[in-house]
Amino acid sequence: MSQQEIEVILSRHLAEYLAMPIFIVNPEGDLLFYNEPAEAILGTRYNETGIMPASEWSTVFHPKDLGGNPIPPKDLPLMIALTKRYPAHKNFLIRGLDGTMREIELTAFPLIGQADRFLGAIAIFWEITSK
Amino acid sequence: MKVTFWGTRGSLASPGPDTVRYGGNTSCVSVVGSEGTVLILDAGTGIRRLGLSIPSDVKQIHILLTHLHMDHIQGFPFFAPLRRPGVEIHVWGPASTTLHLSARLQKYLSPPLFPVSVRELTANLRFHELPAQTLEIGEITVHAQMVVHPNPTIGYRIQCDNAAVAYLPDHEPALGSPTFPLSRDKSWTSGFDLAEGADLLIHDAQFTDQEYQTRMGFGHSSIRQAFQFAKLTGVKHLAPFHHDPAHSDDQLDRMFEEAIAEMQPSFSVTPSRERLSLDAVC
Repeated sequence: MSQQEIEVILSRHLAEYLAMPIFIVNPEGDLLFYNEPAEAILGTRYNETGIMPASEWSTVFHPKDLGGNPIPPKDLPLMIALTKRYPAHKNFLIRGLDGTMREIELTAFPLIGQADRFLGAIAIFWEITSK
Repeated sequence: MKVTFWGTRGSLASPGPDTVRYGGNTSCVSVVGSEGTVLILDAGTGIRRLGLSIPSDVKQIHILLTHLHMDHIQGFPFFAPLRRPGVEIHVWGPASTTLHLSARLQKYLSPPLFPVSVRELTANLRFHELPAQTLEIGEITVHAQMVVHPNPTIGYRIQCDNAAVAYLPDHEPALGSPTFPLSRDKSWTSGFDLAEGADLLIHDAQFTDQEYQTRMGFGHSSIRQAFQFAKLTGVKHLAPFHHDPAHSDDQLDRMFEEAIAEMQPSFSVTPSRERLSLDAVC
């Protein structure tokens, strides 16, 4: 596997130091990295899943709207950031790989490097514990 | 390829009795290909002497800037071929989303910071932004890629006749990476693709281990980290570069001797110093 772009490497380093759950995907949508706080919500460890294709991560967590209706992959904020290249935000439910259903609030934005290089997207999310 | 060091100092030119052997000029290296094509890596104060050595019949010159920090551009207006009519000088450097490379260089090359502006130079100057492509310059192929250093900074891999030279003068691959330099992190290591298997790696080695602890995030490496990066990337020869202006010749001698004795590298190590020439052959 060839080396990641420098902005992606730095994003991962930043994510490793932050307490907010963070996802990083490449331009093809492959999930390159998620940090420890994200592991707690997703119910799985990065070292166990490794890089995950978009077709897998966009469905494996069974995203649903607050009414319990499945959300198509194209309407997920991270997919919007990837395909339309603008920020997106949504409040929805996911089922972690540990079987636990959680409500999360997620903001995703495209990652654009110098010289307008499109490098993928980043999602930052929060678990809603009381509402 | 023949590689010659014209300036090996980092941060600030530091001439004086304590820096005679390694030199006090800032970053500048020339690379001459097998058919005579000349590339100049960075335009620190070392480029002044290099400019004087370029024959007047040379009509095309390529200067590859890694970034625009002062120690990498300060010698640029003193490069003699800039005042030679009929000489075409191509300047390559990092792109920005806000200002073109030429406009950013002109911030320095204009009053009140400097009395002469770019348009007053006689040579035909052309500016090109990177990274976006692999360059073919004569018989030499150049790969450019962003690396970890404050403000957009490019590293270069220069290939000719199956030999490769990697130039990463300002580089902190260990920044924020608690696992550096574990081999499983190759794809997450800044500069890895540029340096992998290179015949010669010219790499930042500015600090001691102790100095690095208080300068983390400055964008530079310790000597130990330079050795570790060279080992990780499997290079054949390491030339530690970008010496700290506070380190005297005697200190540098001692630091490199200790590093070699402790780390027992499997590759050759030649600390860079002014006027040193190395051949990079595969």
